[in-house]
Amino acid sequence: MSTNALEGDGAAGDLAGGQPVNRERRYFLIGATAAIGAVGAIAAAVPFVQSWLPSAKARAAGAPVRIDISKLRPGEMLGPIPAWRGKPVFVVRRGEETVMRLEENSPDLADPTSDNLGMQPEYARNAWRSRKPEIGIYLGLCTHLGCSPKYYGSVRPEPFDENWQGGFFCPCHGSRFDLAGRVVKAVPAPDNLEVPPHRFISASVVIIGEDEETA
Amino acid sequence: MEQAKGRIPKIWSSLVGWLDERFPVTETWEYHLSKYYAPKNHNFWYLMGWLATFVLVNQLLTGIWLTMSYIPSGEGAFASVEYIMRDVEFGWLLRYLHSTGASAFFIIVYLHMFRGLMYGSYRKPRELLWLIGMAIYLVLMAEGFFGYLLPWGNMSYWGAQVIVSLFGAIPFVGPDLMEWIRGDFLMSEITLNRFFALHVVALPLLLVALVFVHFVALHHVGSTAPDGVDIKKHKDASGKPLDGIPFWPYSVTHDVHATVVFLFIFCAVVFFAPEMGGYFLEKPNFEMANPLKTPEHIAPVWYYTPFYAMLRAATYPLFGVPAKFWGLVVMAAAIVIPALLPWLDRSPVASMRCKGLASKSMLGVFVLSFLVLGYLGITPPSPWATALAQLCTVLYFAYFMLMPWYTQVEKTTPPPERIAPR
Repeated sequence: MSTNALEGDGAAGDLAGGQPVNRERRYFLIGATAAIGAVGAIAAAVPFVQSWLPSAKARAAGAPVRIDISKLRPGEMLGPIPAWRGKPVFVVRRGEETVMRLEENSPDLADPTSDNLGMQPEYARNAWRSRKPEIGIYLGLCTHLGCSPKYYGSVRPEPFDENWQGGFFCPCHGSRFDLAGRVVKAVPAPDNLEVPPHRFISASVVIIGEDEETA
Repeated sequence: MEQAKGRIPKIWSSLVGWLDERFPVTETWEYHLSKYYAPKNHNFWYLMGWLATFVLVNQLLTGIWLTMSYIPSGEGAFASVEYIMRDVEFGWLLRYLHSTGASAFFIIVYLHMFRGLMYGSYRKPRELLWLIGMAIYLVLMAEGFFGYLLPWGNMSYWGAQVIVSLFGAIPFVGPDLMEWIRGDFLMSEITLNRFFALHVVALPLLLVALVFVHFVALHHVGSTAPDGVDIKKHKDASGKPLDGIPFWPYSVTHDVHATVVFLFIFCAVVFFAPEMGGYFLEKPNFEMANPLKTPEHIAPVWYYTPFYAMLRAATYPLFGVPAKFWGLVVMAAAIVIPALLPWLDRSPVASMRCKGLASKSMLGVFVLSFLVLGYLGITPPSPWATALAQLCTVLYFAYFMLMPWYTQVEKTTPPPERIAPR
């Protein structure tokens, strides 16, 4: 075999059909073929990559759901319920004392004023992170690595915190959140619990997964 | 009888001759087996390559058989594993061979890699061989991860949820990437289906191809010897290495021996302790996947725990990026950094037998920190455990990062010219 067909060595390589080899044209053709081929390969990869996105079925299963909260009493939590996009959702009804306590921004909180705008709709950017002070609706997935935190609603000493004021505790890596889903400082979770878009269609029925903007 | 004796070889040789004209049968046999020479003093550590291949075959065979009864659906997966365990003839055995095989695979591969660290198997001219091996290791980790979701137990579910959530820590693209990996807004049947496809088709194909290339590269450069002797330096008149023995029949014979011993241990686990106290098959996995209930304590299977401990050891946010992203970076770096060994080791000698005290102690420190991290990855997080994990993470990386320095300054002894006769 010749050392390199592209370079051409000796008589056979320098002549093509009796004509001297036009190297410039040969390189141009190879380059153009490779470039178009690469574009084609990328285009061919698109369906394979896209097919991994949520399918129409998955998106439909993620449609908004209605929840009746009329039976939820103060201090209790409804859930985790597979509500928005099948993810666990916590619905808590807070007592008056709790609402008042949430308004005093504790210095232990990492983001008490909900400055990370991606974690809640604008209407939930307040001390209790909800539309109504007494009803809190949060995605039940820890913002660390997605475990589902547990509800510890009472004010009492807990093994993980002697001055526990009620909230959520993630058993996986020990992250803590208050009753407004606000994350405590110096735990693995970086952000507050997410507030899903939601709206009340009556005093006791809430739709989770859509609000006035997305409806 | 006399006639038959003469005829069989003739038929045999004409058959081989017929094949040889059409396919390089004899050439392949000689190149890879009967004329492939290994150092005659190969010890325990050199059995691992063979055993890894043996376990790979076990995984492929039992895996194909499990696929025949397994149903990759959200409703059916967990039940089909119970069906395999209870109703399929010998289904329990096939499953335990597969699940124990996964752990055995990692034990063997870790020992195989330790051999490389000890005897300098990654050094010139074996850099590429080492890199192919690293690629096999990565594919193996992915294969184990995808396979772990398939029983659709609660630990499968939440373990996979935690690992997929790691990708969510990547700035900007993280959340979308997570959705793309899962194909859904949470871990679901859709995720299960694609993990199944990857586990039983895509990655095994890749794995077998990489193992083949690993063999080709090995047989091109040859094995190392424990004391760092290059057997190709001294050959007899016919070109046979004087300190080597052909793979067939000699290496094969002792490898078969080793396989029997291995099977004693392996079968003892399969028959008497297939769950290994919750380390090979974790306890929450006997409950079906529940997207609403996280197990009290999530720990990955033991073979990932050193890296999981390093992930958790990163607790400081840097440059405005959350600590969990740096945990991901540390973990990925820890997994990949052995690939740099061929260029980190600046020692004039290959084998640990010839290296100095610095190399020996650093290897010891490395192994110890790896084991401690493995233990910490299983235990629930606590302040002292995190501090110890941080220390061990530093030591783990120190072994690699300081290697260019300590391998150059230490005193070494030259390797022997020949393998000493016993």
